[in-house]
This record gives sequence, C-alpha cells and structure tokens, in this order.
Amino acid sequence: MSLKTHIPVEKEYLVNNVLLNESADLPADVDKLLKLVCREKVKYPVIFIGTGSCGLISGAGETLFEINKYLSDRNLKADVVETGCAGYCSMEPVVGVQLPGKTRVSFKNITSEKLAFILDGMFNSIIPEEHVLGQYKSPSLELWKDVPIISELSFFSMQYRNLMKNWGRISPFSIEEYIATGGYRSYLKTISNYTHEEVCDIVEKSGLQGRGGGGFLTGKKWKVAHTVMADQRYLVCNADESDPGGFANRAMIESDPHRLLEGVIIAAYAIGTSKAYIYIRNDYRNAIERLEKAVDSARDYGLLGHDVYGSGFNIDVIIRKGPGAFVCGEETAMISSIEGKRGMPRPKPPYPAVSGLFGKPTVVNNVETLSNIPAIFENGPDWFMSLGNETSPGTKMLVLSGRLNNQGIIEVPLGTRVKDIIFGAGGGIPGKKRFRAVQVGGPSGGFLTGDNIDIPYDFDSLASEGVYMGSGGMVVLDQDCCIIDTVKYFMDFIQKESCGKCIPCREGTRRMLEVYENITKRPLDENGHTTLERFKGVMQLESLASVIKDTSLCGLGQKAPNSVISSLKYFRSEYEEHIFDRKCSAGVCKELRLFYIDVEKCTGCTACAPKCPESAIIGTKHHPFFIVEEKCTGCGICYDVCKFSAVLVK
Amino acid sequence: MIVQIEVNNKIIKARKGETIMSALSSAGIMIPSICSMKDFTPTGACRMCVVEVEGRQGLVPSCSQPVSEWMNIKTHSPRVVKSRKTIVELLLSNHPDDCLYCERNGNCELQILAEELNVRERRIMGKKNKYKLDHSSPSIVRDPAKCILCGRCVRVCEEKLSVFAIDFVNRGNRTLIGTAFNKDLNFSSCINCGQCIMVCPTGALFEKDSLPEIEDALNNPEKTVIVQYAPSVGVSLAEEFGIRQGKDISGLINAALRKIGFDRIFDTAFAADIAVVEMANELLSLKGNKDRRPLISGSCPAWVKFAEQWYPDLLPAMSSCKSPQQILGAILKSRYPGVSGIDAATVYSVAVAPCTAKKFEAQREEMTKKGLSDIDAVITTRELAKLIKLYGIDMNQIEPEAADEPYGIRSSAGKLFGASGGMAEGIIRSLPYAAGAKEPSRIKYQELRGGRGRKEAEIRIGKTTYRFAVINGMSDAVNLIEEIQAGKCEYDFIEIMACAGGCVNGGGQPIGTGDNAVRTRVKALYGIDEKETIRCAHKNPEIKELYDNYLGSPMSEKCKSLLHTSYSERKVLL
Repeated sequence: MSLKTHIPVEKEYLVNNVLLNESADLPADVDKLLKLVCREKVKYPVIFIGTGSCGLISGAGETLFEINKYLSDRNLKADVVETGCAGYCSMEPVVGVQLPGKTRVSFKNITSEKLAFILDGMFNSIIPEEHVLGQYKSPSLELWKDVPIISELSFFSMQYRNLMKNWGRISPFSIEEYIATGGYRSYLKTISNYTHEEVCDIVEKSGLQGRGGGGFLTGKKWKVAHTVMADQRYLVCNADESDPGGFANRAMIESDPHRLLEGVIIAAYAIGTSKAYIYIRNDYRNAIERLEKAVDSARDYGLLGHDVYGSGFNIDVIIRKGPGAFVCGEETAMISSIEGKRGMPRPKPPYPAVSGLFGKPTVVNNVETLSNIPAIFENGPDWFMSLGNETSPGTKMLVLSGRLNNQGIIEVPLGTRVKDIIFGAGGGIPGKKRFRAVQVGGPSGGFLTGDNIDIPYDFDSLASEGVYMGSGGMVVLDQDCCIIDTVKYFMDFIQKESCGKCIPCREGTRRMLEVYENITKRPLDENGHTTLERFKGVMQLESLASVIKDTSLCGLGQKAPNSVISSLKYFRSEYEEHIFDRKCSAGVCKELRLFYIDVEKCTGCTACAPKCPESAIIGTKHHPFFIVEEKCTGCGICYDVCKFSAVLVK
Repeated sequence: MIVQIEVNNKIIKARKGETIMSALSSAGIMIPSICSMKDFTPTGACRMCVVEVEGRQGLVPSCSQPVSEWMNIKTHSPRVVKSRKTIVELLLSNHPDDCLYCERNGNCELQILAEELNVRERRIMGKKNKYKLDHSSPSIVRDPAKCILCGRCVRVCEEKLSVFAIDFVNRGNRTLIGTAFNKDLNFSSCINCGQCIMVCPTGALFEKDSLPEIEDALNNPEKTVIVQYAPSVGVSLAEEFGIRQGKDISGLINAALRKIGFDRIFDTAFAADIAVVEMANELLSLKGNKDRRPLISGSCPAWVKFAEQWYPDLLPAMSSCKSPQQILGAILKSRYPGVSGIDAATVYSVAVAPCTAKKFEAQREEMTKKGLSDIDAVITTRELAKLIKLYGIDMNQIEPEAADEPYGIRSSAGKLFGASGGMAEGIIRSLPYAAGAKEPSRIKYQELRGGRGRKEAEIRIGKTTYRFAVINGMSDAVNLIEEIQAGKCEYDFIEIMACAGGCVNGGGQPIGTGDNAVRTRVKALYGIDEKETIRCAHKNPEIKELYDNYLGSPMSEKCKSLLHTSYSERKVLL
C-alpha cells in the first residue's frame, strides 16, 4: 500500500521549532526531521511523478494511475508523490524513484505502458538504462553506478536554480515540505525585524527588475506606492501569462506555489497593504487548484490572516480568475478586470502605483518577480546582486521551445549568452538542420539571428537589438521554418487579442496581418499588378509599424510591430522571395508551394489523382501523370500519398 | 502654479497639473481628437491627439498627459502629422465609403478630420467589417459599420445617464459597441434619451426616421394632419439654418409648417400649461398623505423608462399626469374633433420634440385610447429641419406667422418646460392659485434655474411649506432616489429630466452646434418668459375655456381618463 503521509509532523511543531525560530541554524534534531519531511532521506521507497500541465499533457495522469495500481496489486509499501515539472518538459512524463539509502533516479518519457518495467527493475535494484534521465546527487546518499548525474546533463549544467530549486523535488500540495526546505522563515523574520521602508530598500538594493518584461526596479515601484498617502493600497500579482510560447509562470505555480505566495506576502508587507490579489487566467486550472490549496494551508498555518503571529500585520490573498485575454496581462487592463470591468488599458499617468485598483495605490508585479523575493531575504541583496551581470542582476526563467533538442524551462543568470542558451541548455538543433533565428519574447518580442545571437541575455542588450524580453519565451527556428509564416502567426494572435480600444492597434494590426496574408496567398491570376500590390503592402508595413509603435495606448500595441520590424531588418530577402518569386523556400506557406511529377519515377499507379481535391492531376494508368499548375493549390496531398517519391516541390 | 513649457520652439505658460491639450488650447493650438469629451476623464483611446515630447520614446497623448516644467513639445512635427493621418486612414480603411448616403454627411467629425489631414487617396486598403443595422428600437438606429469605437456613447450612457445599456463587445478588430448579450437595443435597458446620438462623431447612431409616414399623411387628402412642437424646438431650430443661435423662431416654424402642408399647427406649451395645472392640483391632493410623498414628475419618457426598469417601487410616487405632448395628443383626438367638426379617425397627429424618447413614448400602450394613439408620429428637431429643407422652404425669407387657435395660445410657464427646472417653476407659480389664492406670491425662481445637478426651492401656502427639487441628469437622480429609499427625502415635488439641462439639451436637438448652443437656448426661453404677459399656466384663457367647457375641474374623472395614466414594472435585459 502506498502511504499518503510519509512523516507525521505536527503543525505546532513546525511553527514553534522552525518558523518562529529566529536563529540561523536549527537544532540538529529539528534539522534531521526536516530532512525527512522534504525527502532528503527516505524510510520507504518513494515514487515521484511530475503532474504539472506539461506532464499531464504527455500522459502523467495515466502513469500516476498505473503507479498506484502497481503498488496495490503487489501490496508494496511505497510513497507516491506528485510534484510539479522539473523544467525538462520534453522528457515528460518524468518518474523518479528513490529507494532508502540510495539517490533518487529519474526516468524520462514514462508513459503508462513503460511503468511496470521501470518499477520491476528498480524494486530489484536494476536500473533500466535506456529510460534513465539521471540521478540527483546528495552528500549523504549512495550513488547508483553508471547513472549520469542530473545536474551534469547539458540541459541542467549551465543553469543556476534559485527560483526553480524546489521544482520536481517537493510536493506543491504540501506546505510542510516547503517549510522544511526553509520556506516562510524569511517572511516571518522580515515582518518582525524590518519596517516597510527597509523592505523596499533591501529589494531596491538587490537590483531586482520587473520580470514581466518592463525591467523597472521593483523596490522603487514599491516605494512609490508606499509613500503615496492612502487609506488602502493593493498588491496585484500578475499570473495572467498568455504569450504563445510562455508557460514559466504556470510551471512556477504548479511546482512551488508557496514560493510565489511568500513573495506576494512580503511584497504586500513592503507596500503596507493588507490585501493582495493574484490574477490568474481561468484556463490554468491545474495551477489554480494548487495555488488555492497553498493559500488555504498558509491560512491554516496562520501565515495569512489577522495579526500574523502577533506582528500586527494583517494580510489576505485573493485569487482572482481572469477570462484569459492577452491584454489583461497589461497592468491597467488587469486592474479594470479585477474591478469587474472589461479588461481595457487606461492611459498612464496616473500610474497604478499612485492610482490603481479602485483608485488606490497599487503595485502590479509578475509571478517571477515576486518569486524572487523570498530568496533575496534569505540570502541578502548582495547575494542577488552577485548573480547576473552589471546591468541586470539575478536569474531569469526562460522557456525553450521550437526546433531544439531540449525543450522546457530553464533558469540562468541574466547576461548568459543567447547562443550558449540555444546550443548549451537547448542542446542545439535536431537533425543537423541549420539554425535560422530565435524568436525572443513572444508576440511582443522579435527575432535574433546570425551574429546577434552572441549577445548577452539581459534587459539592455536585448533592447539595443530592438527585441523585448517579454515572458522569457525563446522559440528557435531552423531552416524548415518560414519567417513570414511565423510573423503572420504572431500578427494574427495580436490582432485577435487587441482589446479594440485604440485605433492604431485595433485597425493597424489587422491591416498588417492582411499584408502577410496577401504575400503568402496565391493570387488567382498572376500579373505585374498583383506583384506591385504585394510590394506596396510590404512598403506600407514599415510605415504602419512605426505609427503603431509610436501611438498605441498600451504595451500590447506598442510592441506589436516588433516582430515585423526585426524580420524586415534581418530577413528582407525572404520577403522578396515571397513577393517576387512567389516561393517559400522552407515550404511552409502552403499556397505558394508548386508540385510537379518526376516522369522518371512516376509509375502511373493512380494513387494521387483521385485524392487531389482540385482534380489537378491528369494522366492514364501505367503512364506518368501530370499536375496542372493552374489548378494546383499546393495542399500537398499528392506529395504525401506518393509511394515512389515521384511528386516533388518546385 | 504656473509652469513654462516649450511648444514648437516657443515658450508658453501652463498651469501645473493641466493636460498638454488644455495648455495648448489656451495657447491657440488646436489638437485633433475623437474620443475626448468635455467634463469626462480622458480615456486615451483614439490617439489622434498625440504630440512629440522630447525625451519620450513614443508619442504622447496630449489629452491625458499633464504638463511638466520645461517640457519640450512638438505639436505638428512630420512624425506627429504622419501618425495622425495614418490613424484616420486606418479608420477609413474599415469604414463604409458611403458618405453621400450617410445621415451625418456634412456634419461628421471623421469627414472633417480626413479633410483637415488632407487624406485624398485610399492608401490603406483591406477587408471591412460587415454589420447589420439595429432597427429594433423605436427611437434609435445603430449602424455598427459606421462606428469608429471612440466610446463616447458608452461613457455618456454610463457616466451621465447611469443606464449602462451599451458597452464594448468582442475583441480585436471585431470589437463593436453592443448591448448585453449583444441583443437588439429594444431588449436592453436603453431609455431612448438619445444622448449617445448627440456625442456620436459619425453616423453610427441616429434617430429612427419618421418622415416617410408623415409625408404619406400630408399627401393623403383624407387625413387632417395636425402638428405640435415642443417649447425648446422653437429656440434651437435656428441653429440648423444658420440663423443666430438662441433666436426664438416659433413664428417662422409656424409659417414653414403651414407651407409644408400641415392643416393645424399647435404649441405643445399649451398642453404644458394643462400639465402644470394638473400636477399642481395632484400635489395639493397628496399633501398630508405621507405614503405618497414626494410626487415625482413623469413628463420625461426616458426617466419614466429608467424608473420602470430599476426602481419600480418608486412608480406609485410618479405623477400620473401625462407629458404635455401626450396631453395635447389626447385632446386633439377627443375634444378637438368636437369643436372643429373633424372626424377623430382622420386626425393624424404629429409632434416635433427635441427628444428621441418621445418616439418611444408615443408608441406606448398606455398612450392609446380605443385603439387610437394619442400621437401618430414624433419627429425630432433635426428631422424637422430636414423636412423644411425637403420642402424647399427658405427660412431666411419667410415671414413669421402665428400658431392656430385654440391650442396655439400658451403661457410662458408652459414654454419654460424646455429647460431643466422650468416645469417646477411653472407649478410653483400656479400652486397658490390651485390652493385658492388669487395671485402668485412670486414669479421668478432663480434658484430653480441653471446647470447644477440638484436645485431646490420652497413655497409657503398658508401654514404648509412645499419643497421642490429639480434634478438635472440621471446620475443625480440616482443619488436622490437612494435618499428617497432611505427615507431621508424631504421634498414634496421632484422634477426629473434625463438629459442634463432638460429638453433644450435633448437627444433630438441639432448636433455639433457648439458648447454654447445649449446655453443660448436656455437664455432664449427665459427671455421669452421675461417678455410675456401671461406668465402663469392657470391664466391661459384657452385652458380656462377647456376646463370650463370640457374637462371640468382639474383632476376630474374626465381629466383622469384623458390626461392621466399609470406605469408598471418593466423587464429588460440588464
């Protein structure tokens, strides 16, 4: 039978001996117990399974069911722990097994059918090598032979895990485990030892910049809100992550919700408010469930509520579910949404720090910004300053996706070279394909290519290249990706997600999208005139982009043309190829593809002709067939059905 | 505090904290804008008002950005002008190219902007959104295709009227202004006041056209077409014809209407006199009846619908007296056929009102008797101007004429109905007479005039004091209603008009004639009052005649069946 609670530890015990213990080092017996609580040592076998959204999508739900079935069928005593994602999303579902006295071993891509094989092996101390990801090194535990150390894998070796240090290790459902790893101690120390101003000072001194992309000094923002005279202030945590290619915040909440919650509470203390909102999009069901559990247990532990442990500090955290509009990530739109109005941005000034939610001073901070706070108070601002580079201290979570060998979430010190990230942690491009570009920062970001990927990843360096950090997304494109098609995708996203308030964003982004649709579409008849129109469209793009950037009301519109501008800068030849040659060399823009049949290879088997939706393939059986170019729409069905590779792209 | 700012290389002075736009306008520099509205906080939606500010990355909206010392501003740099022009071009690229067929052709802010910015070619092209017209409301037609989403209608509806009938719906390029669940307007909480039309820069909102049916009636020899026009129409129509603003052209209107072919022309102010007498007596009859205090006026059809929707518990306190338009309509189809020998069934009764809600009121079931509507068609001041132009009448050449008898005679108290506070002033003048006194103690009640949100006056008759309140616009009405519901209200009579300023600022009045227009209309009404010899409703000789020979005494059974009505709760999508 599996054990649901592995270590009986009383709330009062943790509160009195850990949370309220102000000394730096805990007594040995307490420390020993905590090690058991956070499973640095185990008494029974423990099976870990990552059930973050990325895991669940890959089948972790079924695997978890199989684990429980396996244990109950065999009547085995083991503890099953659901963790969040460990960051290595392309390896999900990740199953870890830790036997008493031995280090924890993780296995990759363990779908339900592979599970029994893994567990059979592990319970007999045989490592099924082909499925191994690696083992976690621990000083007091015996290492498995011939199993790679996880932290030495290329994906992990260049990372510095501060925000992500608990990811995949502790259960996000257990406040005890978070406390056992040192959690909530800095919070209680902070409220009893520092004034509001001192807390703001410490954060300002650490140099922490807003991780939502703006890069404004967090401590400074807090100070403004704290100094404005008001009977009420608010803290809002922006968990409305909606960028395509950005899911680090979701994983943060799913893996270590208490770290965020502790950051939220300290920030609320700093600005002197008793009410904090966490605004999270409603589709993040898994994250909401874990966050709600975290808030409930923090309340149960007396960490939230009235007069927290006699400090006189009152705090309540409210989870507000957003409808899932991209624009609600903009702070003033988010404020409107929390107020119950339509999520539309307002002009600034007045800035939210002066007049925000319900007209009161309001600080809006991103999930990642706030998750940084507990460690700053645990290790001091100088420690934080020492991470990263001169202009951008600290670490940053990045989301690697696209044509990379390793996909997932990593945490690196700011200032790490983009190239090193792609070819180091990212593991380079699969299939010996040529690197094309990296799209940084989602719809608001832009492209980096060629020599430009040798720049450090920090606020200033990216800005000097005209791209924007955004949510930390990095989508890598190889030779098989079409830049035009990628920009078209982002334009489509933005024009759909524009709130419709200001004219340049509402009307302009649609016109820009139409230009892209025009150049990736096959015109009915090809004459010089249509080429001229396409060309005119592209000429207009630049001027339209500059007006939209110059005049839009909020960040969404101001940054909407970034990918257009940077693609025009670096990939002009690709535009020209699409406009003049009517060709997409990556073969992505369907309507521009033209197919022909190689007469040498075609056997006249008639597999293709009946499948053609346009009846564009003609010929007689056993003789080579022929594609009528005027009728062909480039759908590629013939290409897919041909068994003799006789259909070729022109 | 005064700060100095540099604008286009010249130093100008500005008040600290004021917006760039306001500083520039004091310095004589015009900045175009679509979404900004006087007395509303800026929304920064249209981006037309952007200027270049040194040290700022993007362009800055001058409507919301406050000035700061030594700000260096360029208001018409190539970058700024290009941006403004592009914005207008973007709007036009998604706007129906049908100006010649548009309600607002020649009076359209988008046209003016395109002209000012010299947009002379279709440079930006693309797909246009297609929408259906919403004809469902009896008063207002919406054409979302022409809407440029400036949001002014939404803000007026929310902030000035507290109605919240419309808001932004959908996202991105599909955004439109719609009602709850995007249903038709007649299902919504719209009170038909038409203030949205008044602020609409384009032809996206306009009144329901009633001219074709009126023309049909005029051309039908069987019909006797009788027209009445409201007190404030006389003082606002001049604006449509380039005549001096605030000139009372009632005489010219009479002449024009006669030339168009209306058989009888009467003045709604005559019926306003009846309304005054009825309400004064209603008020007296209620004094001492604590349950039915205060008496709230029900002459404004927009306010009536507002109360039916949100405050049905207030309906018992609503005066049962119909509005002047409906009173005259009722008399024209009951008493008038008798005196003039016309068959009631052939009477086609038209009202000219400064209001779109009057179109709705005329269609109400409560306003019919034996299957005949009191009023058959209502046109707004704007539609009257169109009708006059359609019939080729040169308002600058014709001679003024008098209205027809007997209902063309009015006191100036009836005329005052056009302005906020006028009804209360009329009643207060006639109240002593209704209570048995010979002469009113006072004629002029300055405290009931002007643009304040709530105005108060009181009059002592014998030992009783009657307290009057006048509410100017719906948001103030909501405040007062809350007081009434909390039992804190000390008033005996409350006049409520939905539009700020009263009917002179109604939703059917001329559009785009400037901020000053409403003030001159009010001034004109009070000017008429100053010059008039009959200044109390009860002194109108024709009213006396009507009561003596037909209605009997005020609040008689006959009056109740003809001139009074009742209202009940209305279910709408809120």
